[in-house]
Amino acid sequence: MRITLKVWRQKNTQDKGNFKTYKLDNISPDMSFLEMFDVLNEQLVRQGEDPVHFDHDCREGICGMCSLYINGKPHGPKQTTTCQLHMRSFNDGDTITVEPWRATAFPVLKDLVVDRTSFDRVIQAGGYISINTGGVPDANEIPIPKKDADKAMDAAACIGCGACVAACKNASAMLFVSAKISQFSLLPQGQTERKTRAEKMIAQMDSEGFGACTNTGACSAECPKEISLTNIARMNREYFTAKVGSDNV
Amino acid sequence: MALTGLFLISFLVVHLIGNLQLLANDGGESFNLYAKFMTTNPVIKTTSYLLYATFIIHIVWAILLSAQNRKARTVRYAVTAGSTNSSWTSRNMGILGTIILVFLIIHLKNFWYEMHWGGIAKVVYDGVEVKDLYTVVEVAYTQWWYVAFYVAAMVGVMFHLFHGFKSAFQTLGLNHPKYNPVINTIGTLFSIIVPGAFAAIPIIMYVKSV
Repeated sequence: MRITLKVWRQKNTQDKGNFKTYKLDNISPDMSFLEMFDVLNEQLVRQGEDPVHFDHDCREGICGMCSLYINGKPHGPKQTTTCQLHMRSFNDGDTITVEPWRATAFPVLKDLVVDRTSFDRVIQAGGYISINTGGVPDANEIPIPKKDADKAMDAAACIGCGACVAACKNASAMLFVSAKISQFSLLPQGQTERKTRAEKMIAQMDSEGFGACTNTGACSAECPKEISLTNIARMNREYFTAKVGSDNV
Repeated sequence: MALTGLFLISFLVVHLIGNLQLLANDGGESFNLYAKFMTTNPVIKTTSYLLYATFIIHIVWAILLSAQNRKARTVRYAVTAGSTNSSWTSRNMGILGTIILVFLIIHLKNFWYEMHWGGIAKVVYDGVEVKDLYTVVEVAYTQWWYVAFYVAAMVGVMFHLFHGFKSAFQTLGLNHPKYNPVINTIGTLFSIIVPGAFAAIPIIMYVKSV
């Protein structure tokens, strides 16, 4: 395959940045999108240029590190992670535009790498259960209905890649935060801190500068883990009940 | 946005019931008596202040949220493909809302302001003097461009409701496989029937006038 890449290049957070065009020949349709970038970078290194910086880790679609905005969609044309996207999803001779996630809460560090520690701070605000660990409890000690376990597991499938924020026209993080709140509020272990968790995580989300939710549904449509909008409705319910029922002033 | 939006939706129903009396073949008597009732009854007057407040909150809140949302992404994307993951109406509620706001200002000036403070001629029914709002409306609807503007605004309301109706329930936390189809169906029907009926009235009155 022959492709033309328009890639966002930016030296650092302060730099204004701009697009650079690269031409690649002999790209195999079986390559993953990231492998195609490896080929590009080898070419750039040979020419003595700075390689394109991009995030990646497991390349198995489970870590949530890769984060490219490809032809106007996070993770490209397929509803999967960028590492699981293959060049056969494109046509020979295509021009592909690659941008970093765009959000005030995700500042660009270099080229296509963005700083997603705002997500970590949201988790630190309450995305955990405080239980002193001891011996491993018996698996069936706490009965959990199968349906609740399934819903919690579906929410826990979120890998925190930030595609929801990137896809949202308002750069809202509601889908991410709602998945993290839901996975605990559905399980007995999450009940103790349920109300304060919702309050703290949502307050942190707001202070990070994410936008508001207008229910377009773009986040869920682009989510590689198919996190459902029902989580956002659940988070709204959690928020209302927390605001009415928690002891915090 | 959801709570105020739902209240405004309920207002549309009340407003439409009033407007339908324009079509009664009685020279405007029932409409004029209804207009007098709506501007003098203490319960209705109290509710109308709540309604003004709701409109203002809905509009101001939308402006504040839009500003916050713009700040959340200061550097825009070079390429976007919004149409592949969301509906056009859901992404353009601000534009649709602005169209409705422009209509609302002109609409209020023409009828609401005239009714309250304008010099409207009076008619007498059973010895009681009543402002003849019907004639004001009738004259307005003889102008084709006003009717066209009215219909265009109702198309804006329709698209605004397509997203707004069901979105309000999602915001309030109601998202359930049992109720979603009901909300979506009622929302779509409401969005077509109510603005459609609003738009039909000036069209019918214009056709009668020519």
